[in-house]
Amino acid sequence: MSRIGTVFAKLKGQRPALVTFTMAGDPDGPAALDLLTRLPGAGADILEVGMPFSDPMADGPAIAAAGRRALDAGATMAGTLGMIRDFRAQDAKTPVVLMGYVNPVLAYGVQAFCRDAVRAGADGLLLVDLPPEEGGEVAPAARAAGLDLIRLVAPTTPEARVPTILAGAGGFVYYVSITGITGAAAADPDVVRTNIAALKRRTALPVAAGFGIKTPADVRALAGAADAVVVGSALVTLFHEEGPKAALDFVWTLADSLRPARSKEVR
Amino acid sequence: MLRNDTFTSQPDAGGHYGQGWGGRYVAETLMAPLLEVQEAWEAAKQDPAFWAEYEALARDYIGRPSPLYYAKATTRELGGAKVYFKRDELNHTGAHKINHCVGQALLARRMGKTRIIAETGAGQHGVATATVCALFKVPCVIYMGAKDMERQAPNVFRMRLLGAEVRAVEDGSRSLKDAMNAALRDWVTHPRETFYIIGTVAGPHPYPAMVRDFQSVIGRETRAQLAEREGKGPDTLVACIGGGSNAMGLFADFLDEPGVRLVGVEAAGLGVDSGKTAASIASGRAGVLHGMKSCFLQDADGQITEAHSISAGLDYPGIGPEHAFLHESGRVEYASVTDGEALEAFQALARLEGILPALEPAHAFAHVMKLAPTLPPEHIMVMNLCGRGDKDIFTVAEALGQGIAP
Repeated sequence: MSRIGTVFAKLKGQRPALVTFTMAGDPDGPAALDLLTRLPGAGADILEVGMPFSDPMADGPAIAAAGRRALDAGATMAGTLGMIRDFRAQDAKTPVVLMGYVNPVLAYGVQAFCRDAVRAGADGLLLVDLPPEEGGEVAPAARAAGLDLIRLVAPTTPEARVPTILAGAGGFVYYVSITGITGAAAADPDVVRTNIAALKRRTALPVAAGFGIKTPADVRALAGAADAVVVGSALVTLFHEEGPKAALDFVWTLADSLRPARSKEVR
Repeated sequence: MLRNDTFTSQPDAGGHYGQGWGGRYVAETLMAPLLEVQEAWEAAKQDPAFWAEYEALARDYIGRPSPLYYAKATTRELGGAKVYFKRDELNHTGAHKINHCVGQALLARRMGKTRIIAETGAGQHGVATATVCALFKVPCVIYMGAKDMERQAPNVFRMRLLGAEVRAVEDGSRSLKDAMNAALRDWVTHPRETFYIIGTVAGPHPYPAMVRDFQSVIGRETRAQLAEREGKGPDTLVACIGGGSNAMGLFADFLDEPGVRLVGVEAAGLGVDSGKTAASIASGRAGVLHGMKSCFLQDADGQITEAHSISAGLDYPGIGPEHAFLHESGRVEYASVTDGEALEAFQALARLEGILPALEPAHAFAHVMKLAPTLPPEHIMVMNLCGRGDKDIFTVAEALGQGIAP
């Protein structure tokens, strides 16, 4: 079973997985790697790693700025894969999902990228601006390399498109909980729960909720509905403004809100 | 109307030109609004009432047909081809942008959208959008790069006079591409009530095709006007390319006539190899940005690089996907013209014909100045004079080292 599958199998019936998003190379390579390696210990179950892009049109100011800082510090696609390799040398279990935009992947070469990403130890790939209709080049390469292609479903997604999205989706389905960019105001949890329940009736894949989830209360509100919750902008902002300790404490608090009994577990 | 031959049958149902240019590379949240625009556009295209309203506004509000002007002094000076200008700079608001703004605003109204957004570079598309929003009484927000707001201050003031809210975009290069990112973020956030009026033949499907279709009136008029004047069609058509809307407007009706030479003129900035250029075909390569697969200026790692041109309207690191296809297929030739050449052409056109062109068509004219002398006198060349130069006098004065303070 894949690392992503193993995590969801282990947590099934217990609690949702906590997915964290951090940006590769922000503020520089070593600091981003150091944070990444410590996130599982603080309670992150799955790590999403942003691949910086010059024009992140689906991202809000926090993640856009993180990508800009990384690029200014010299981040490259090869550097991002190097970071995953270094992380994997220290952590064999925690799944890593690469998240970004399609152009840098095209520039790297789609097949080479999928192959190198898997070799480095990545488990999934989520390209925000690659809807299934345009996935003709990437989807077969990801499948051949053994990389789960993670797909998005949005509140605006028409019912008729859902099967197209789910065909060929792997790992988990990412439910965009708000109509907006990353880091925007939180969604109405009742609506999100209803939509996720509807989505879960159509797929056996776990469903993760992301976008606009910022606080332990936001995380808890979705705990009964989603198989995973994704926290990105709030974490990226805290790491930038207050450093790694504050970021890790925040992840610890988020994780606790999902599993109140954790004080008995080993940190 | 429907033709099944190679060029005019583009794009396919998914918005792809040739082998995969164009398409819809957007976040999932935008797929539904795009499909809604496409469905509405396809219905409107078949509706004679829609076109009757468009044509009435084109005539009475825009001032169409725009004149086809025989540039006698230019022809004599260059000593070659017979040069005509298609004078879309005489349209209401001073450029061709109004052609697609009226069309898209009519579509927005038909769809019941209550809010309009747009991006603008030089401000011509922003002014045209603000204008149609005033006409149709729809609130509108225009995203404009902060750098462009500085160099196109008169157009910012115009948009505000027309009642638009102009939002400065401080991200990235603070120019057109960043304004488009900001507009897309707005649309992702407010898709249900908002219509996004894109300002060129770029962006996700159906925009490149829809904007082309609204602009294609330029080429159809040119054909009719030349038939009347010359009893024949054009031999060469020349237009500048930023995103490429005025060029597609002039070219669209002639794509399947191989005898008509089509030339698009990119802005080379300081030169195509200088690193300070906006020539996406000469200096860029295939990639994905702003919802489309096309040619973009980018580094080896796929990061989009900043464009440079003296003309804010051409200062964009990509081109519309149909141009990428027309380049690949060889149907259209693409040339490039530097800032310096465009400045010279700007001044030449002012003196020769008493017309101050916008810096965008000044690029096209610079190429006409190179091309016309190589052709015989019976060769008919039409250049799209797609915008007027009033907005650019401050930029030109600065570039010439002349103050124009009162």
